[in-house]
Amino acid sequence: MNGEDFVTFSLTPLLIGSLAALSCALAGNFLVLRRQALVGDAISHVVLPGIVLAFLVTGTISTWPMLFGSAVAAVVAVVLIEAIRRFGRIEPGAAMGVVFTAMFAAGVLALEQSDTSGVHLDVEHALFGNLESLIWLDATGWASLVDPVALAGLPPELFRISLITVVIALCLAVFWRPLAISTFDEGFARTLGLPVRAIGLGIVIASALAAVAAFDAVGSIIVIAMFICPPAAARLMTNRLGAQVAWSVAFALIAATLGFTLAGSGPAWLGSENAVSAAGMIGTVAGVILACAALFGPARN
Amino acid sequence: MQARLEDVTMRDMRERATRDSPLVIRGMTVAYDRKPAVFSVDATFRSGRITGIIGPNGAGKSTLLRAALGIVKPLAGQATFFGRTLAGSRDRVAYVPQRASVDWDFPARVVDVVAQGLYRRLGLLGRFGRDHEDMVMAALERVGMADFSARQIGQLSGGQQQRVFLARALAQDAMLYLLDEPFAGVDAATERAIIKVLKALRSEGRTVVAVHHDLSTVEEYFDDVLVMNVRKISDGPVGVAFTQEALDTAYGGRLERGMRDPQKTRA
Repeated sequence: MNGEDFVTFSLTPLLIGSLAALSCALAGNFLVLRRQALVGDAISHVVLPGIVLAFLVTGTISTWPMLFGSAVAAVVAVVLIEAIRRFGRIEPGAAMGVVFTAMFAAGVLALEQSDTSGVHLDVEHALFGNLESLIWLDATGWASLVDPVALAGLPPELFRISLITVVIALCLAVFWRPLAISTFDEGFARTLGLPVRAIGLGIVIASALAAVAAFDAVGSIIVIAMFICPPAAARLMTNRLGAQVAWSVAFALIAATLGFTLAGSGPAWLGSENAVSAAGMIGTVAGVILACAALFGPARN
Repeated sequence: MQARLEDVTMRDMRERATRDSPLVIRGMTVAYDRKPAVFSVDATFRSGRITGIIGPNGAGKSTLLRAALGIVKPLAGQATFFGRTLAGSRDRVAYVPQRASVDWDFPARVVDVVAQGLYRRLGLLGRFGRDHEDMVMAALERVGMADFSARQIGQLSGGQQQRVFLARALAQDAMLYLLDEPFAGVDAATERAIIKVLKALRSEGRTVVAVHHDLSTVEEYFDDVLVMNVRKISDGPVGVAFTQEALDTAYGGRLERGMRDPQKTRA
């Protein structure tokens, strides 16, 4: 592939996939350490009705309504899960399963019934992402990176995902100590005066934002792999939280770039004509990384 | 006239004792699933003493501490620390949770956990400098764990983990130490190390309150006791409150003062 084609067809999907994987991994570290990995799964599903609802209300799939809609959906889901657990006398796992499948199903129904022909939003996209189509048609080569006209034609998803990644990374840096303390020892964190409930809710909201990022890149189904695989693999590489987060970032970037590249070029190397799904390949690579870490990671104990 | 003056003086003294006490608990009631775990407990803990909270399993000892610290929400009652609310005295109160309440697989080294005790000093973004490092090492030194500072916490024995928790509280440099079962499941050397630290804290004028259930060591370790089983049964100096009668009430007549807790002997 020459530079011109690369910038047009691969650069933006690669960036979007990498940033999505990165934001999921950052939030995922805390989900995994809090043994809330399934919350990540639940959130990635309830983001769909949030996005559809935001679309129905505003008629666009622009950044702010989408982010707001999915954050609201995530909070509603968490409240519902807690309410069902408490008043329905059901174990937490079941309460979670009920809420997120019901909300996801409602989202799929709403999506089918609404007229989204004018925008990039359909069931297929919701399930498996949209990575291959997030291309930069205005680009004519590397020079386009400094051409304001071409830059204006960048897919809006790239802006959205960059924003989400920056927000999550900043929150992580600023609230690092409270996050670490309350994740390790909630009771002690409370005696320090830390708002542990707000911190827990903050992690849920950050995960919802990451799920929006991943929604564009890999869809709702494979998000859970991006939340869990890089942090879980990273945990097997080190015994320090900071190093774990760094490893998870590295693994997320490897999964995204390697997965996207293999999906596009892998079949051709094997003599096949068609490319395979980038989302599927990214999820698969993430799983393989976790398997390797489980077999060879230095901090396996 | 004379009698009334005495009354006023007595009340005044009582009020002053209450005001200066590191921890006063009033009417504390906590319920889990509508079953009371702690019922209407009043207690005043005396400054500069080591107090043991004694009672059988499920007596609500840990819950009483956790409710006082706002970790669990009480149905009724309140706790006052140094005459103020908890929010106004957090810098003077250190809590050592039960060792089993956290996941020791967490990716952290011994120093990382002890440094958590400096959070209120450091804040969100304060730089962890040389002097903070020294405070952490000094706390580890006091519990005899300085050689383990770089060890992953999951690789420590139960007793070593307990000492790390105590070191984290020491790093807080508080005036009141609340410990939940600090001697549960620890080796004899750790038990000696911990009680030595607690006695040193007392001699520095600090106050220690520990949930405890090994009756055989109560007289040796504590100045005061609070015997409870959901309700308060007795409290005061060990010689006055740690009686056979109180224990009969608390344990339903199954135990004697010198007897080890049955759970502990089994383990």
